[in-house]
Amino acid sequence: MKKILTSTLAIVMVFAVFTSCNNSSNTSGKSGALSSNVAEKVYVAPGEHDSHYAFISGGYSGNLTVYGLPSGRMFKEIPVFSQFPTSGYGYSEETKPMLNTSHGFIPWGDSHHPDISQTAGEIDGRFIFINENNTPRIAKIDLKTFETTEIIEVPNSAGNHSSSFVTENTEYVVAGTRFSVPIPQRDMPIKDYKGNFQGALSFISVAPETGNMDIKFQVLMPGFNYDLAHPGRGTSHGWFFFSTYNTEEASTLMEVNASQNDKDFIAAVNWKKIEEYVNNGGGKMMPANYAHNVYDEHTHTATSTMKKEVRVVNPSEVPGAVYLLPTPKSPHGCDVDPSGKYIVGNGKLSANLTIHSFTKMLDAIKNEKFAGDAYGIPILNFEDVLAGVVEQAGLGPLHTEFDGKGNGYTTFFISSEVVKWKLGTWEVIDRQPTFYSVGHLTIPGGNSGKPQGKYMFAMNKITKDRYLPTGPEMEHSAQLYDISGEKMELLLDFPTHGEPHYAAAMEASLIKERSQKIYDLEDNKHPYAAFSDGDTKVVRKGNEVHIYMTTIRSHFSPDNIEGVKLGDKVYFHVTNLEQDFDVPHGFAVLGQNTSELLIMPGQTKTSIWEPTKIGIWPFYCTDFCSALHQEMQGYIRVSAANASTPLKWSMGEDIE
Amino acid sequence: MKLIKHLFLVFAVAAFFCSCKDANKDTTTTTSETQTEAGSTERTGQAFIKDDGSTTVLSIAIGSKDHTTLVAAVQAAQLENALVNAGPLMVFAPTNEAFAALPEGTVENLLKPENKNALANILKYHVTPGNYSKDFLKKFKKLGQANNDYVKVEVVDGEPIIGGAKILASVKAGNGIVHVIDKVLLPPTE
Repeated sequence: MKKILTSTLAIVMVFAVFTSCNNSSNTSGKSGALSSNVAEKVYVAPGEHDSHYAFISGGYSGNLTVYGLPSGRMFKEIPVFSQFPTSGYGYSEETKPMLNTSHGFIPWGDSHHPDISQTAGEIDGRFIFINENNTPRIAKIDLKTFETTEIIEVPNSAGNHSSSFVTENTEYVVAGTRFSVPIPQRDMPIKDYKGNFQGALSFISVAPETGNMDIKFQVLMPGFNYDLAHPGRGTSHGWFFFSTYNTEEASTLMEVNASQNDKDFIAAVNWKKIEEYVNNGGGKMMPANYAHNVYDEHTHTATSTMKKEVRVVNPSEVPGAVYLLPTPKSPHGCDVDPSGKYIVGNGKLSANLTIHSFTKMLDAIKNEKFAGDAYGIPILNFEDVLAGVVEQAGLGPLHTEFDGKGNGYTTFFISSEVVKWKLGTWEVIDRQPTFYSVGHLTIPGGNSGKPQGKYMFAMNKITKDRYLPTGPEMEHSAQLYDISGEKMELLLDFPTHGEPHYAAAMEASLIKERSQKIYDLEDNKHPYAAFSDGDTKVVRKGNEVHIYMTTIRSHFSPDNIEGVKLGDKVYFHVTNLEQDFDVPHGFAVLGQNTSELLIMPGQTKTSIWEPTKIGIWPFYCTDFCSALHQEMQGYIRVSAANASTPLKWSMGEDIE
Repeated sequence: MKLIKHLFLVFAVAAFFCSCKDANKDTTTTTSETQTEAGSTERTGQAFIKDDGSTTVLSIAIGSKDHTTLVAAVQAAQLENALVNAGPLMVFAPTNEAFAALPEGTVENLLKPENKNALANILKYHVTPGNYSKDFLKKFKKLGQANNDYVKVEVVDGEPIIGGAKILASVKAGNGIVHVIDKVLLPPTE
């Protein structure tokens, strides 16, 4: 035993030495964010604006957060897939339909990969899309209002992970399935996975003017796991690339069984070819059931429509539509450089990066040099499509972004670092540690033909000692680097909210001038809106009581209501009459079994209250709106079910 | 066994401090002020966050006559960029006897500067990105190692055999696990 102990110590020492010194080669003594010039680089003086927006996925919060760069300040949390009591999203009658699915109302989601709309390969800042991983959905957020305006459920998909990336002109937002499943869903033994399960890659068209989403077609692929994806651009525009793992088609103990093949694939999908096939009547409509939820800015109300069919395409029936590029060791990230010439595949358990050449891929296809096929889909030879390998760059490569100056930046989860390398020569230029265990990284404009350089930030999975401790649960950490020089320079460390899988960022000037300030009251088409004190009323329809209510600094109208009875369902339809930037009013009533409402100027929102007790119950404004905010209140009287209290309301006078 | 674990952590921390300071000395030729700064940023590796190790323990570890060759080997291999501190990492740690069983002159030869890469390759072949117990390892047919090669896993008499080596003991670490093995693993290309 003694011998074992000594040798263990020795090896442990080796291990420790071996694992701890990574930083030494790149620490020139200036990497700490201590020196004053680094502080100046992230200092945004009071009242001044950041130069960039960053939209950081909220992961298991289901939402999307908005940050400023370089300050790392969080400006907003945009509710997307989760109920959000702060604003009443998913609680108010108007927004509940946004969270409707074929599985019913779902109050939570797992948001992953935001991507900003593009025109001609450049970020245009109109919309941002984000995927829900658990119950497959794609959401669209309008960057004029920073509100979620559309959510479409993705049928035949499960674990909507290789999503939601947009093509060069936002022709499509693409959603690939992580889990393959029986299509159509059916009751069958799990062990019969192989050959029977399929993976759906969904191409959701985005209408050029309105941005309305519609599933144009789904490519039903072999039963692999489709992990991440990126669009071709420039020369490769018209193609889409998906990394795959579990080409073994295993269904249990995946960490062992899905790592048997030395190489999995990157699937190259020629979507233009499939689009043409579909436009000529190709593919077939199959029965489906999925929700399409749209928020109308004028009625301030969402509607949910169930769609009953979807077009599916069998790729083996469309010659030239899909090819498989062998890629080592269960690739995770699948990234395309700004020119569209290179496709990077990062084997999760590899030390190397594999870069495929789009040109070589086309040549191999043209010469029909195939290594075989998988379910009728041609497999190309690894050597024929390989552009280069970044050798031994680190351990556990995940994701790559580009600076538009010929460099790639790849995150390494296991060795916890970002490595900068050169396209074409595949040499490592610089490496910087992250704190700790980095997942994605973002360069503003990163997923486009024109990255906006200057900054890169790494989003980590583990925080540990980076901030003041907050008990066992910590927010994840992110680090901001200046990438304008040859070497990356660590500038700032800031916390993120939920799990920041991915983020999209852009220069602030693209959208800040068109950010909406108020909703025009004259455009308010809400059926229960009241536009003045004179419009306010209370209407009974059976046991439903509809209160048409207004708010303006500093009162509700009406502010006294009588005649409500136990068993009634009371609808507070609250219209904020303010037309002044950043003057919302809130609404809450004692015993409300839902959230408050936060109503923006010119907007109408509705909350249902089903009183359970007789008495006089107050309601008040929850947002400190004015000097007399504390006076902004009212009472509602609840009588017994058989009482004869007449329905009356008032403001400024007593109810007689 | 508990004692072993404690010693293990203490020594790991100690080795870490020691190695990084050495590295600093090699790479920085600036003022003492910048050296202090560099030292403080390098101490933040994930595996070593709970450090409270002292230089006294460090001196003992490094001063140990039994380990000087191994420390020298890793320094000779300049493995700074190979792995950092995040993990999880599983290290197969051959015993001193296992090293001694290699053909005469092998270790000495590998320590030569011109064989730096070969040495690094062998050391990395002993590291798996993962954290699996001895029992769980029986489920694998092979393991992908940090040098990008695979090592074969067999089950003989109910025990996992890793690249022909037997696991003698296993020690859990904060960022992974160390399996002590009775043979040095040689990568297929070597």
